[in-house]
Amino acid sequence: MDTEPDAPVTEADLHAWMDGELPEDRRGEVERHLAGNPDLARRFERYRAQRAMLQETFGPLVDRPLPAALVPPYARSAGRPAVRPRRWLPALAAAAVLLVFVAGGAGGWWLRGWSGGTGGGGAAFVADAVAAHRVFAVEVRHPVEVGADQEAHLVGWLSKRLGKPLQAPRLAAKGYDLVGGRLLSDARGPAAQLMYQDAAGRRITLYIRPASGAPDTSFRFAQDGSVQAFYWRDSGLAWAVTGDLDRVTLSAIAEEVYGALNS
Amino acid sequence: MPLPKPPPDPPPANGPPTGSPVDERAIAAHVPRLRRYAAALAGNLSDADDLVQDCIEKALANRHTLRDVTRLGGWLLSILHNLHVSGLRWRRRRGPEVPVEDLANDLALSAAPADRAEVRDFVRAFNQLTEEHRAVLLLTGLEGLSYREAADVLGVPVGTVMSRLARARERLRVLLDGGTEQAVRRIK
Repeated sequence: MDTEPDAPVTEADLHAWMDGELPEDRRGEVERHLAGNPDLARRFERYRAQRAMLQETFGPLVDRPLPAALVPPYARSAGRPAVRPRRWLPALAAAAVLLVFVAGGAGGWWLRGWSGGTGGGGAAFVADAVAAHRVFAVEVRHPVEVGADQEAHLVGWLSKRLGKPLQAPRLAAKGYDLVGGRLLSDARGPAAQLMYQDAAGRRITLYIRPASGAPDTSFRFAQDGSVQAFYWRDSGLAWAVTGDLDRVTLSAIAEEVYGALNS
Repeated sequence: MPLPKPPPDPPPANGPPTGSPVDERAIAAHVPRLRRYAAALAGNLSDADDLVQDCIEKALANRHTLRDVTRLGGWLLSILHNLHVSGLRWRRRRGPEVPVEDLANDLALSAAPADRAEVRDFVRAFNQLTEEHRAVLLLTGLEGLSYREAADVLGVPVGTVMSRLARARERLRVLLDGGTEQAVRRIK
C-alpha cells in the first residue's frame, strides 16, 4: 500500500481501517482524514453499528441445538440408515401412483429434503444429471459409448459398474427409442447415462446413480433454462429424466420410466 | 417389464480409513458455525439444514483432497458456498419459500425484549441484499475472516471482496437508515 504522506485516502482504506486490515503506518492518516470529514465519519460509524448488529442478530444461532441429521455419525456409508428425518410422507413415496409436484405448487414443504444416505444432495444430483444431458444430448458423432444395437452388453456393463441391476426402459409408447448409453463419473463415483431419441431427433437422457441406503422418494422437479428434469430415488438408485421438453410431456415420460422399472 | 430383485446392500464401510486427519468429529466441530452462516445466508433454517447436510456429505466424500487440516474451516465454508450458489437457480423455481419472517421472529425471540423490533428489521433488511452482499458481510463481519480468507472462500480476488464489502455496507445502511446511497468511489 502506498505510504506517501499525500496519498489520497480511498474508500478501500476506510473499510480496511474499520476491519483492522490497514497497515499500521497508514492508520493515523486515515483517522485524521475522518476527523476532517464528519459526514464520512458518521457513515463509517453506521457501518460499525451495522457490523455489531450483524453479530448480535445472527450470533446466537451458533448455540441452537442441531437437528439429528447434523450430528455424527453422518449417514454416508452404504447400508447405514439415513439419519435425517424424512420430510415427505412415507406412505406416499411407497404408493404405486406417484404424485407429481411442480414448482410453485402446494406441498413444497415436504419435498424440500432429498436426504440421507449415499444419494447425495438432490440439487447436486440433478445438477449433475442436467450437466451430463447438456454435454451429450447435442453430440452428433459420439452421443453414446455403447449403442442400442448392443443393448444387452450395455445394460450388463452399466449394472456391473453401478453395482445394481439396471435396465433400459422401453419408451416407444412415448415415441422415444434407445440410442445407447455411457458410463460417467461424478464426485460420488460411477453414474450411467442412457439416451433416447424421437423421430424428430429430440433427445432425452436418463441419469442413474447408486443410492444405497437412501430412502425412496417421490418425483421431484427441477428446471434450468429450457432443460427440465424429474428425479427420484427408488430401490437404491437415484434416477433423473432430463430433456428440453415441456413439463407435462416430460412428466409423462418420467412416469413411463418409473412404471417400466416397477412393472 | 420385471425389475430384477436388487442384491442386498454391501456391508457398511467401517468409518474413515485410519490416518485421515479429517474425520466426522473434526467436521462436526464446525457444524454449528456452518449452520449459522447458512441460515443467515439462506434466510431460513430449513434451507440451511439441507445445505449443511449436503456440505458434510461432500466434505466427507472429498476429505482426502484437503492437504492442510488447519484450513478445514475455510474449506467447509467454500464447499457450502458452492453448494449454495449452484442450488440457487433450482430453489428459485421450486415450491413456496420459507418466509424470512420466520427467521426474523425466531431471532427476535432470542434478543432482549427492547431489541426485538430492531432485530426483526435487521433480518428483513439483510435479506433484501443480494446473495453476494450477504455472503461477504457474513464472512468478514460474523465469521471474522480476513479479506484474503473471504476471497478464498468465495473464489474471487481480494479486490472484489473489498469492493463488494463497500457496496454491501452502503446498501444495508440505506435499507436500515433510509436516505440515498452514496456512490461508493472507485475502490482503488
